Amino acid sequence: MLSIKNLQAKIEEKEILRGINLEVKAGEVHAIMGPNGSGKSTLASVLAGREDYEVTGGEVTFDGKDLLDMDADERAREGVFLAFQYPVEIPGVSTTNFMKTAINQVREHRGEKPLDAVSFLKLMKEKMKLVDIDQSLLSRSLNEGFSGGEKKRNEIFQMAMLEPKLSILDETDSGLDIDALRIVSNGVNALKSKDNATIVVTHYQRLLDYIVPDFVHVLYKGRIVKSGGKELALELEEKGYDWIKEEAEAAV
Amino acid sequence: MKKFAGQSIIDKLSERFEASRPQLTSNTAIAEIREKALNHLVQNGLPHAKAEEYKFTNLTKALEKHINFSMEEESTEVNQGDVEKYRIEGLEAYYITFINGKFSEQFSDTIEENSISFSTLSNAIASNSALAEKHFDKLSKCTEDAFVAMNAVLANEGAVIDIKANAVIEKPVFIQFINTRSSDVQAKNLIRVGENAQVTFIEKVDTLAAEPGFSNVVNEIEVAAGANAKFYKIENDSPTSYHISNIHVTQAKDSTFTVNTIALNGAMVRNNLDIKLNAEGCEANMNGLYLLAGKTHVDNHTTVDHTMPNALSNELYKGIMDDQSKGVFNGKIFVRKDAQKTNAFQSNKNILLTDDATVNTKPQLEIWADDVKCSHGCTTGQLDKDALFYLMARGIKKDRAMAMLLHAFASDVIENLEIEAIQAYVEAIITSRLEK
Repeated sequence: MLSIKNLQAKIEEKEILRGINLEVKAGEVHAIMGPNGSGKSTLASVLAGREDYEVTGGEVTFDGKDLLDMDADERAREGVFLAFQYPVEIPGVSTTNFMKTAINQVREHRGEKPLDAVSFLKLMKEKMKLVDIDQSLLSRSLNEGFSGGEKKRNEIFQMAMLEPKLSILDETDSGLDIDALRIVSNGVNALKSKDNATIVVTHYQRLLDYIVPDFVHVLYKGRIVKSGGKELALELEEKGYDWIKEEAEAAV
Repeated sequence: MKKFAGQSIIDKLSERFEASRPQLTSNTAIAEIREKALNHLVQNGLPHAKAEEYKFTNLTKALEKHINFSMEEESTEVNQGDVEKYRIEGLEAYYITFINGKFSEQFSDTIEENSISFSTLSNAIASNSALAEKHFDKLSKCTEDAFVAMNAVLANEGAVIDIKANAVIEKPVFIQFINTRSSDVQAKNLIRVGENAQVTFIEKVDTLAAEPGFSNVVNEIEVAAGANAKFYKIENDSPTSYHISNIHVTQAKDSTFTVNTIALNGAMVRNNLDIKLNAEGCEANMNGLYLLAGKTHVDNHTTVDHTMPNALSNELYKGIMDDQSKGVFNGKIFVRKDAQKTNAFQSNKNILLTDDATVNTKPQLEIWADDVKCSHGCTTGQLDKDALFYLMARGIKKDRAMAMLLHAFASDVIENLEIEAIQAYVEAIITSRLEK
């Protein structure tokens, strides 16, 4: 589904990604871990199409299409979803109105008819249950005055609404207490299917207790320096990142 | 040496005044004001490039270059379709329409409500009406502003409206100016809203000529005790037209005045809004939205003067500047020594959509009373890139995402527009601008 070859990217002359290679197939869950500043969030942003980053080399194909050639909105319509580490507060735009616009633009792209008001509300009610989010929250301005947990639940709610092929969760666990973490993870797990894939970007192992990965990759200085199964995450939890850094430095 | 600007314009205005002297000076009270105004212009000229009040908006230079101030040209025909086109879709109102500064009976509604007394300014002057004589240049002052003076010299037409005490007027009164020629139109509306009366006015000026036109309109509005008056100023004129608006208001005890200034198009527009809260318990609401593109230049100068205790003023102006457009906001609040327990709030927020768009904003608060609540704030920035990315990351196309953010930015001003048809009119323009 997603194929990343030798991806390099920089921001304001600072090289951050220095040759990422990654293959993600439908039905898989990949975890990207790594110390602070290793490039995890940059990778998530570059895949979603944030313009602050400049891709300087490599290629990314998504379902056979050149992902880097598309703007952020087109990627989303093709089925890429980024759950933001820091969801943006947008006063004056209600979540409901925003979601209705988004979902109908995605449907139009797929050649489907726009949802009428009744079907939209029905869909919303169904997906709200998934992340235990309240109607009153969705009538308010997007993320405005939401708690950290409410913002993250809103991200997963949007993901549920849009049913992406590839979901990228960028530090979704940051700032969540254990209850919120469970709700968010349950939501993500409920959305998993053999046709979609998930990339979980995280610093800590604890999220992976709930969203169990098939593969774990460790990012360091803009490269994937180690890959393995879910046991690699446990090893990192136990030993920290220093041994990875030493191994990586020794290999250079 | 004293700077003097606009000599060529003043020469032409003087010639015109002399040529129309019999007509313009038939009423002695008003003749005196006209002479005084002309004398002021001849002595002081028009604002020069560095004049403090006009330093960002050099109207004198623009008018000298683009407008023919010679004798008024013959006007061309206007049909019902033209007149309708420049009204607001779905808005029921009493229309008072002036074509090239002359009252058009054909295109105006007959107002049958007894509580509204309407006369044209020329008739009111000719019949020595007290409202005309007592109010002409009383709230605006020809010695304080050159364009007010210009208006006082030549304005012989406009609407004189008296709303009777306790009247509740459901339908708005829409004062419409349609100009078809490139010379100037000078108009003055004199409005009195009686005690406890409620009424809404709308004013809109449109130029049909392809050549630059100039309209200089002064409104003098007296709001009596307990009255509630609203005034909508809708500026969506042709991109080559010049417009100066003066709205001068005085409020009596426990009255409320709300003004909504919506600037959308024109070459150069200057809005002077001046509200005097002359009694206790007054409330003034000033909402402004300027949504500019191309080379449009809009300058909003507002003054609210708290002279007595326990009054409230609330000002919210927002601007979105695209292309090479320019916005100016200058908001003065005076709180005089006696105006204790004043609440005065002011906010001006701007978004620049391009590197070539500019805005100059300046709040000016002068407070002499010590027991008051005043706040002001202004911000200028670009469209929030993170917010734009967030919307696009959910599949929303860039144009649509921008439109959503701009609607959201303008939403509080638009929500203050209580007339749905006007809200829809403004919303549609925001949407169409972004989907051009």
